[in-house]
Amino acid sequence: MKIDIILAGVGGQGILSIAAIIGVAALESNLFLKQAEVHGMSQRGGDVQSHLRLSDQEIYSDLIPQGKADMIISVEPMESLRYLPMLSPDGWLITNTKPFINIPNYPAIEDVLAEVKSYKHNIAIDADNIAQELGSPKSANMVILGAASPFLDIPFEKFENAIKSIFGKKGDDVVNVNLDCLRKGREFAEKNK
Amino acid sequence: MQKLLLLGDEALAQAGIDAGMSGIYAYPGTPSTEITEYVQHSKEAATKGIRCTWSANEKTAMEAALGMSYAGKRSMVCMKHVGLNVAADPFVNSSITGANGGMIVVAADDPSMHSSQNEQDSRFFGNFAMIPVLEPSNQQEAYNMVHYAFDLSENLQIPVLIRITTRLAHSRAGVERMDSKKQNEVSLPQNLRQFVLLPAIARKQYKTLLKNQPHFERESTISGFNQFTEGKDKSLGVIASGIAYNYLMENYPDRNVPYPVLKISQYPLPRKMVEKICYECKEILVLEDGYPLIEENLKGFLGNSLKVKGRLDGSIPRDGELNPNIVGIALGMPDCKGKDIPELVAARPPSLCVGCPHIDSFLGLNEALLKYSKGRVFSDIGCYTLSALPPYESINSCVDMGASITMAKGAADAGLIPAVAVIGDSTFTHSGMTGLLDAVNDKSPITVFILDNYTTAMTGGQKSAATDKIENIVKGLGVEEAHIRIIKPLKKNHEENTKIISEELEYNGVSVIIPRRECIQTLNKRVREKFKNKK
Repeated sequence: MKIDIILAGVGGQGILSIAAIIGVAALESNLFLKQAEVHGMSQRGGDVQSHLRLSDQEIYSDLIPQGKADMIISVEPMESLRYLPMLSPDGWLITNTKPFINIPNYPAIEDVLAEVKSYKHNIAIDADNIAQELGSPKSANMVILGAASPFLDIPFEKFENAIKSIFGKKGDDVVNVNLDCLRKGREFAEKNK
Repeated sequence: MQKLLLLGDEALAQAGIDAGMSGIYAYPGTPSTEITEYVQHSKEAATKGIRCTWSANEKTAMEAALGMSYAGKRSMVCMKHVGLNVAADPFVNSSITGANGGMIVVAADDPSMHSSQNEQDSRFFGNFAMIPVLEPSNQQEAYNMVHYAFDLSENLQIPVLIRITTRLAHSRAGVERMDSKKQNEVSLPQNLRQFVLLPAIARKQYKTLLKNQPHFERESTISGFNQFTEGKDKSLGVIASGIAYNYLMENYPDRNVPYPVLKISQYPLPRKMVEKICYECKEILVLEDGYPLIEENLKGFLGNSLKVKGRLDGSIPRDGELNPNIVGIALGMPDCKGKDIPELVAARPPSLCVGCPHIDSFLGLNEALLKYSKGRVFSDIGCYTLSALPPYESINSCVDMGASITMAKGAADAGLIPAVAVIGDSTFTHSGMTGLLDAVNDKSPITVFILDNYTTAMTGGQKSAATDKIENIVKGLGVEEAHIRIIKPLKKNHEENTKIISEELEYNGVSVIIPRRECIQTLNKRVREKFKNKK
């Protein structure tokens, strides 16, 4: 078994917190893991991506081969499209619909979303809105992770456990709202896949 | 033993802590910064008393590490590839002095220039200094190599270079730790002239270095880091170095490569192992992340009769980082690339943060320069280099640490008056001070901006050696007090700041303007932590 994931977003959006949860869930499932991150100059509001690889066998390359990624998980819609060359023809494109506009030539959002929806396997979710409704605007990442979870071959409770262990220090309220976000995202994906 | 999920950088750092290192020396530089940061944040390192604060630049770091080695203790010095240029003088000479306590130099290269101005390959520097070079292929090997390299350095009395690239530095994987070693006691070199490179002594020491080359090569053959794997199909042999080996294996999901493979992770090249695969196989494909070092060596000592494929014959692109697809295509496999990027996707380059003090500095400078012709602003390495891009388009150079002041001086010497230099606080104490002294001694008509945001911002907000010292340094170097101007770069001060800048541009001598306001990133972080502690 292997799962290759591209995590995408804009520097400062915190894609690495998604990686951290999947990482803990994977280690708890005794999987091998490799995760290539972007540090340095690009973090200043530029496009950033991370390659996250899970497998039950030893993983060699830190980079996912182009065209072999099983999934793109993006916290920003235009950024989800930037990594299409990485995605396998049967892969899943899972993205937030809320744009992050810090450039003057950002394309019309309707066009971006139409492009996302033209892809065979896609989940487009307004994670910011859902997280806001649940009372934790900062937890949009967990909504997106929840939306990706049905397509990850890892038992769902491993994700829940990972959230408990990572957010545990911050108290029960924080843990519970993040769990709510995760479940809501999953529910949406189950309905819309 | 405990398994940790570590970046390649962190694996090197943890290994140093475990292998009896007494001090780590470095100036921040992507992708090497996290090595030293890991030691700084490690409670274990603090308990062990490992020395780990930032150095002013890579040269001072290298020399301090050499001093610690002289005194018999284990030291590590870390830098990005271009940092090794700054430290080249002590680095090359340290191969002549040799080491006493184990000394490791880590150079983190950046092929594809993710965060750098070139993609130079530090293996060439190791080759040039004629010292052993290690090139780990994964995080575990990086960890193991630090233990090995300290021992090697002490046994053969020579500094050892560990060369990594961005991909390994910033990728995380499980790492198993080894038993912890105690730090060395202070013990001076047996020969107290070992480090005195007077010509007569240096000549002797150099002969020792030359005599030791076969020992270094023997280590490359027996250490186990270089590995030959048999393969049935001798129409091709593959030599893969460092992480390029991973991209080779990635192309064979069952991990059975049909060709003979030589994995290289230690230099000098093990000549016998290289000869074996070259004589056995009809053609050789060389995979290396960086410049064609092995490829050039092969052509050098085996002549043109051998068909070598690699970066020089176009089988692999001449520049840029490798990846599994590039390697697959060179092995004759189909390209499996997915859909193209849709045309509507716009580039999203990095930019100055909202609220960044540099924005106000550049808006003031731009306005003050309106009455002069364009193209007179020399800049440096840091966040402020992003002012080259729209909407500011303020600067006209970015070459190396400190080059802003000296290039402005040279341009002013040539008649470009006024010439402006823009340099950050940390870059100024890294390499700007000596250039400013040159300008003062020559009374050069330049205006120097030292952008003081109290931090080394681009690499993530490390402590700046310049904090609270800039005015005194500048005064001490001889800049007249009347022409040292401190401004606060805020929107509401724009008019006043522009006026001050205009006055100094007109002054026919060295002016220093210090726009001073905390980096918005470190400010936010500080406020967040304060809030957290209050709760």
